[in-house]
Formats: sequence, structure tokens, C-alpha cells
Amino acid sequence: MLRLSQLVMNSLRLHGEETYPHECCGVLLGRLSDGESSVQSAVRAGNTRIDSAHNRYSIAPAELIRIQREARVHGLDIVGFYHSHPDHPARWSATDLAEAHWLGCSYVITAVEGGRAAQTNSFRLVGTTEDDKQFIDEPVEVAVPEELRP
Amino acid sequence: MDIYIPTPLRAYTGQQATVSVEADTVDAALAQLTTAHPELKRHLFNDDGRLRAFVNLYLNDEDVRYLPEKQGTKTTQSDALSIIPSIAGGGGEARYSGRC
Repeated sequence: MLRLSQLVMNSLRLHGEETYPHECCGVLLGRLSDGESSVQSAVRAGNTRIDSAHNRYSIAPAELIRIQREARVHGLDIVGFYHSHPDHPARWSATDLAEAHWLGCSYVITAVEGGRAAQTNSFRLVGTTEDDKQFIDEPVEVAVPEELRP
Repeated sequence: MDIYIPTPLRAYTGQQATVSVEADTVDAALAQLTTAHPELKRHLFNDDGRLRAFVNLYLNDEDVRYLPEKQGTKTTQSDALSIIPSIAGGGGEARYSGRC
């Protein structure tokens, strides 16, 4: 289960619209316990794959180091990542799996169709090694802001 | 010096996010880390003992791969070593066909 606020969900989807037709990417900070991730914030990152930004993304390790350092200050961990698929379904690709190495973390994908965010799905990378890793569909729970609750 | 462990590898450090070692090189720090937590070894290194390609090592703000002495680089107790697996991916080659 991936839990996040409507604000965080809106933020990562908007990022995908802003970078369209290129892929956006970012880091999800929060807490991970008993297989559930509670996301506190989504931090935008630059896509270093300027050679093929419409269908590839990569986050510079130096930027990850910086984000991880800031997360530590706030008592948070990296619990997942997000990216967009411009004009492509919100399903993980063979490239997504091959390049995924954060076992136990969530990988959130938003399809952006013609510049508009469409479906957003989350997949958790499970397994114990590079040899047996796989993505499984992960339920997403979006918390409704208190002022909008009935 | 402190070694920062990324979320997925904490299963092999007893959930410790930071492991402290006393080492005078990056290699020595890694050796101490994997001696204290042997299960980490196969996640960090290939069968031939080389660091896995997707594992990035940063000594403070420097990528160890680009330091002149690489993993032989001298360290002090005030240094911090970060282990950070790479993040990449992307959609397939198929393109959206557009709306009718």
C-alpha cells in the first residue's frame, strides 16, 4: 500500500504535464513500515537523459545524495520514486524493471496523454536480489484533505 | 566515519540507516561494513568482487569512481560515505497515436 496526500498526488502529476513531451522524475520521501509506504513529500529531480527524454529518465546520483541528506534532516527516508510516461500507458516497461534497484520501494508512473496527466499507478519492487526482482501492482490510497471530507 | 545505507539495503544491516566504521580508505570502510554485515556483500559486489554497476558510492559529495585513487582514496573519521543505487527507467518505444 502506498499512502499519499492529494497534494502530493497532484504535485507529481502536474510535474509530468509540465515536462511533457519529456519524462519527469522525482523522489518520494516518507516512512516505510510493514510493507506500507507513507509518503510525506514528492521532491522533483532533473531528468539527465536529455538524449532520449521522451522515453527515458535518470536521476543524477549527486542529486539523490542531496535529496537523501535533506530527508535525513527531517527524519524521512526515500520510500519510492515517480516518473511519467508521455503518450504511453502507466505500466512499467522492461526498461523500468531492468533499471530498478531499490527493492521494497514504490515506483509510481503517470501516463501523460497529449500533455494531460491520465492514469497514475504504483508498483512495488519486490524480491531479494537482482535475479528475482519483480514489480507487483500496489494499491494507492490518496488521503482527502480534511476540509473536503463530508 | 559514517556510511549511509539506502532503504533497500537496511534489511541487511539490522535496519540501521547509518553504520559507523573506523577506516582509512574507502575500500577499508567497505570491507569493515561487509564484515559486520556479510549479507550486504552480494548486493554491493559482483562475483568477481567489483562494485556492481548500478551501485554508486559517494565520499561526501564526490563520486568515488571519478576520484583519482577511486576506492583506494584516503578517508578520515569526519568523512561520510553514501551508498546510492541508481534510479533510471522509462516508457517503451511505442508512441501515443493521438485522439480521433
